[in-house]
Amino acid sequence: MSAACDACLRRGFLVGHLASRIAGLLDSSRRRVPGLLSLGDERLVAAVAGDGAAEALAFLDGFDPAAARAQVRASGARALCRHDPAYPAQLEPLSDAPSVLFLAGEGDIREAVSLEPSVAIVGARRASDYGLEVTRELGRGLGAAGVTVVSGMALGIDAAAHRACLDGGGVPVAVLACGTDVVYPRTNRMLYERILERGVVLSELPPGQRPFRWSFPARNRIMAGLSQITVVVEAADPSGSLITGTFAGQLGRTVGAVPGQVTSRRAAGSNGLLKDGALFVTSPQDLLDELFGTESDRARTARSPSRPEPPADPVRALLLEAVEAGLGIEGICAHAGLPVHEARAGLSRLEAAGHVSRDALGVYRPRLAVADGRPAA
Amino acid sequence: MLASVPTFALVGVDSHEVTVEVDVRRGLPAFTVVGLPDAAVREARERVRAALLNSQLDFPLQRLTANLAPASVRKAGPSFDLALAAGVLVASDQVPADALERTAVCGELSLSGLLRPVRGALSGALAARRAGYERLIVPEGNAGEAALSDDLEVLGVPSLRQLVELLHGRWQPEPATPQVRPVRDRVDEPDMADVRGQVDAKRALEIAAAGGHNVLMVGPPGAGKTMVARRLPGILPPPSLDEALEITRIHGAAGLGDGRLATERPFRAPHHTISPQGLVGGGSVPRPGEITLAHRGVLFLDEVAEFSRSSLEALRQPLEDGQAQIVRGQRSLTFPARAMLVAACNPCPCARPREECRCNEVDRLRYGRRLSGPLIDRIDLVCQAEAPRAVELVSAGGGCDRSPAIRERVVAARERQHRRLAGTCALCNADMDGRLTRRHAALGGEVAERLLGSVESGSLTGRGHDRVLRLARTVADLAGRERIMPDDLDEALAYRLAPRAPIAA
Repeated sequence: MSAACDACLRRGFLVGHLASRIAGLLDSSRRRVPGLLSLGDERLVAAVAGDGAAEALAFLDGFDPAAARAQVRASGARALCRHDPAYPAQLEPLSDAPSVLFLAGEGDIREAVSLEPSVAIVGARRASDYGLEVTRELGRGLGAAGVTVVSGMALGIDAAAHRACLDGGGVPVAVLACGTDVVYPRTNRMLYERILERGVVLSELPPGQRPFRWSFPARNRIMAGLSQITVVVEAADPSGSLITGTFAGQLGRTVGAVPGQVTSRRAAGSNGLLKDGALFVTSPQDLLDELFGTESDRARTARSPSRPEPPADPVRALLLEAVEAGLGIEGICAHAGLPVHEARAGLSRLEAAGHVSRDALGVYRPRLAVADGRPAA
Repeated sequence: MLASVPTFALVGVDSHEVTVEVDVRRGLPAFTVVGLPDAAVREARERVRAALLNSQLDFPLQRLTANLAPASVRKAGPSFDLALAAGVLVASDQVPADALERTAVCGELSLSGLLRPVRGALSGALAARRAGYERLIVPEGNAGEAALSDDLEVLGVPSLRQLVELLHGRWQPEPATPQVRPVRDRVDEPDMADVRGQVDAKRALEIAAAGGHNVLMVGPPGAGKTMVARRLPGILPPPSLDEALEITRIHGAAGLGDGRLATERPFRAPHHTISPQGLVGGGSVPRPGEITLAHRGVLFLDEVAEFSRSSLEALRQPLEDGQAQIVRGQRSLTFPARAMLVAACNPCPCARPREECRCNEVDRLRYGRRLSGPLIDRIDLVCQAEAPRAVELVSAGGGCDRSPAIRERVVAARERQHRRLAGTCALCNADMDGRLTRRHAALGGEVAERLLGSVESGSLTGRGHDRVLRLARTVADLAGRERIMPDDLDEALAYRLAPRAPIAA
């Protein structure tokens, strides 16, 4: 098992100790901690601790590495400091790279982000159906090609990316804004368990820490740092996802964005990135081409899994087209030129064949790509 | 001297026979009522005394004891007044003792001696006929409603004085004639063709009307879900005479009727703040709930996700059994509750159109979960209502059939069902039990396979399987087919929603 040296471990716990102080300092903004985390221990204390400085210094003096290690172990995590060879080298360019990472899960971080390429997929919590669908296709395609998918386990795009990566057979890496043993948001408990089974959950905050507003943009720098490419699926302007993209740009990594509706406010940030020259991402293939080059074997063999064969019946093909275009039932009828009862019957056949599915309230949606014959969840 | 006068007590929506016995004998003047009377019944003593005296009749200054038999059942309300007064008249020899032979009496008294109408006159008349009485004397205001029951001579009496004249054979009222509520003016009636677009909701409601199925409409606010639902009674077949009697009896018992025979099916749209008792019936003196008032008609729950969980839970059993069972202390009551459920909800809690929706996954999950499970499994059709596009709003003509035309198709489909289900207790496809479903909604080889696949893949429950068959049966009936074709089943499956459909992650 990898270990962490005492000084780095102490640093990690100090950040945890000062977390609420930092929150007090940055209460009103969603800005990242500007350079704060790059300060040395004493200067960090001086900068943020205020009247708690004496207590914080006492904490530093009284730090017990053995007890801290026991606490980390008890939480089911392990600590990895920047002096360990397994520490992801791509984090080094960060001026405020975390001294120590706390890791949980069965996956091997070295294999996941150092030996294999990794792509961060980030986006809005309140994502559109379109955004979620594209995310699933990207995550599944990358996962199937053995590319690690890094995300933040938030609701919406993040969670969809993790799920799709798992479904595609890939290794997901979740970077949390809280301790690795804290499930936030709690709704994602099932997903958290699944990630632990095969992937890695990591954080710079020690176990037991709850999330703070500042810790979200802070973890975004880690996501961007870990990945060769950062893809922003749907991001308003301003938004946390856009911050992740900005970090990636500053690090000189490739920033990609999925085009969204120009009228949609929640795609304003991601469309803005495209305007500024971000990689135009419409399919997992775009990312694989970028990672491996268009001519490489890997990009070619790792074609994203395809949808089921399009229906032979031309009317049903029209119906499917209408569902894929996101039309409501009336639009579907109009597009296929069918009376509603025939359209419904045809949709039923498409559903049986795995082309479309219905959500909890009966709205038809296209069914996603099918990986190894198993229909998408 | 002892007199006994039969009358009827309303319990829920049914009437039970009660015999009023009045005993007059010498002693200190007193008037006692026994037999579990409530406050309103005990007050009847004062009304009876004043009414008799104000009608220039005698109130005997002797010891009067009245008993309401059976003495073990609680009596409530003022409907015993007239029977008590009649009993006093007979017991004190003011009217001939045989004048009330084979005659039941029901009504409330005012102090002046005039008779006031009571609730549940038709219910009482039907019970009187069942119990073998030949005549029923009721206040004039109830005569029309009570006369809806045939084989019973209903006499409407305006006042106590006239009752005495009647019992002496000196006066005979006009025989009461049943009144039928006029069918509403067809020009004014809301019509399906008034609603733009909404092809899916209209089709779903047509199927639902044809087979008596339950529907859920999903759509953003302002899409016209309520508008479409309000037009459902217009495409439902008019109630048969028996159904009309049931409707009138229930509404009369609840004090909602106007004494005339209902010619339309009821449409009840309770607000979402309603209590479980208000929805399925209850209260210390049990009253029918909305689902009973919607019996043989439509129960419309707008914003169904806003109803309290306990209210929706309470609906499950009545929806499945067609009756609502209320258990109150020592006794249990059963209300008829065979209504079509039409529910409407927004696609998500923020209720914005799809492109502007601001809900996150959790909100949407929570919203869906409020409906899911038990209730959604009892919904046969889930359809989508979409906000009409501006073009459709201004264009002339809805491009759909008018309500009478749809009603004709519905009636034809129902007639096929009546022929098929003759001799069973089911009136329409939705009423069919498991055995009838298997007999009348059998599927041919390929079609059966297809359905079996849905059950095995877990997208249909056992109950869902039967419900889909009944729905497919209705679709075929609408098309005038005796056999269920693959397309019929496909359409049924397309409207039927699996209870645990995965929610877009």
